[in-house]
Amino acid sequence: MTVFIIRRLSQSLLVLFITSIIVFAGIYAIGNPIDILIAPDATFAEREQAIRALGLDQTLVEQYGTFLWNALHGDLGRSFVFNQPSIDLILNRMPATLELAFVALFLSLAIGIPLGLWSGLRPNTVLDETIMTGSILGFSLPNFWQGMMLIMIFSVWLGWLPSTGRGEVDTVLGMRTSLTSWSGISHLILPAFNLALFKISLVTRLTRSGVRENMPLDFVKFARAKGLSERRIVSVHVLKNIMIPIVTVVGVEFGGIIAFAIVTETIFAWPGMGKLLIDSIMRLDRPVVVAYLLVVVTLFIVINFVVDILYSLLDPRIRLGSAA
Amino acid sequence: MTAISLPRLKADSLASRALNGILKSPKATIASVCCILFVVIAVIGPWIAPQNPYDLMQISIMDAKLSPGSESMAGATYWLGTDGQGRDMLSAMIYGLRTSLAVGLVSGIVALGIGTSLGLVAAYYGAPVDTLIMRLVDLMLGFPTILVALMMLALIGQGLGKVMAALVLVQWALFARAVRGAALVEKGKEYVEAATCLGLGKGRILFGHLLPNCLPPLLVIATLQVANAISAEATLSFLGIGLPITEPSLGLLISNGYEVLMSGQYWISVYPGLLLVALVFSINIVGDRLREVLNPRLQP
Repeated sequence: MTVFIIRRLSQSLLVLFITSIIVFAGIYAIGNPIDILIAPDATFAEREQAIRALGLDQTLVEQYGTFLWNALHGDLGRSFVFNQPSIDLILNRMPATLELAFVALFLSLAIGIPLGLWSGLRPNTVLDETIMTGSILGFSLPNFWQGMMLIMIFSVWLGWLPSTGRGEVDTVLGMRTSLTSWSGISHLILPAFNLALFKISLVTRLTRSGVRENMPLDFVKFARAKGLSERRIVSVHVLKNIMIPIVTVVGVEFGGIIAFAIVTETIFAWPGMGKLLIDSIMRLDRPVVVAYLLVVVTLFIVINFVVDILYSLLDPRIRLGSAA
Repeated sequence: MTAISLPRLKADSLASRALNGILKSPKATIASVCCILFVVIAVIGPWIAPQNPYDLMQISIMDAKLSPGSESMAGATYWLGTDGQGRDMLSAMIYGLRTSLAVGLVSGIVALGIGTSLGLVAAYYGAPVDTLIMRLVDLMLGFPTILVALMMLALIGQGLGKVMAALVLVQWALFARAVRGAALVEKGKEYVEAATCLGLGKGRILFGHLLPNCLPPLLVIATLQVANAISAEATLSFLGIGLPITEPSLGLLISNGYEVLMSGQYWISVYPGLLLVALVFSINIVGDRLREVLNPRLQP
């Protein structure tokens, strides 16, 4: 176990290091941000001064060296546009994204598991066919277009829910959340559902195939022979076994939710870090893009790590030492 | 010589198995007819579109933002309305379909080629090569498609070739993993040994003998990946880092309608979106059916 953790940690650090090089080198190539940041009528001297102040006069290797040294000290550069540490900008926006992602994750489980159970217990019926075709539709709807349609229907036509922004935000136990007021929740419903729909389809299909795999097994027959109710067999015994693949996939997909939050946040003007990324790409705000990518890669590494360990706890048949 | 013709026989039966499987399901049959229809429309698009929406001589700004069914200054009817520049939406969608399909198909096929070759090589040569390739595959699959493509385009800028390159980058690993898995099983079988004994070259064994037997999972993944690629390209174009305005895909058309959606001009983004959904949905239905028939035990 310890060997496994150490090996995974060193691999993760290597991935992080490689990512930082690729990202930094790539961002350097897209254009000279100085042209955007200073007024077009600035004098040559002003321009030179700005370049020096931003460290843009050094060579690529030197800039990377400085960047890496600072990064190891928790400083990922200052945003050219906001003139604030980019890591602060990202971390400021992160709670909004995480809130959106967790609500979406919750929705995908709360809707996906019952749908999957429902269709898996009645295979090849009309209901099953409908749910399965519906899940393919869920996979096929382009996330951004689906978001626009949700806005069009629920905000423009019906006027039930607000279309953009984040509503009232309260601080509960040190966390800023919009789950405490109706204004906050109403702003959260559409983006969270938009983000969740793809995962609902995924969880539905996973649950269904899990049910179909597990129902003919001996432990189900044994539970029936013991006289347990069908309800208890499904909700306790079968569900426990299905949870293994679901936890793994959902864990890995949580990273996907955060990535797709970029699209949802752009459409619903949700003030999270994904929207910040897109804005920063458009404004060539290099430090923020670099900081975002490094923060997200770190987040992914942590998620994958946690999922691996959860996996071994849920399923004692998996031995971490050999799995590595 | 029988050793050479055997795998070919199997490849033929794959096609008939796939076809039979599709024809047995009415849903999949309709979906494949739709797919074929979309391809035909895309190919003959320039001849059937009411106007060339990118020929400035044919469009008039006076016709901008007309609702579906309105008449143009010249008397023609815009069945699906016009966009902000006065382009006929129907024509713009036909041209957009061409771009979207081309991007999806080309990037899918290139990724298939690269991924398959790497997967076969990994399975055939074993240890150091295999480890290296599979580590790369794990690394690629550890990150969501859209994030990798977005990162890459943020780094290299936008353009048709660059979008395709980004889509290839995010897709090859899936093919490589599937082919390697299938090839590892096939590698131990006697026909490979027989081919080796016959003194056939490595390339011939890899591509002539192993490959045809790894086709079923590849066919399924390839189908689903074309749908994914089309969807990913649309998303990237919507975010403004995909295709440039000169190569309008369906995603870009939808994005044009985003700003005016609130003011009730729904048709500019709704119709191209419906076409995009229909396209991706039909391909996915066919892919799903193929998976059921060929059953390569994939994750859902």
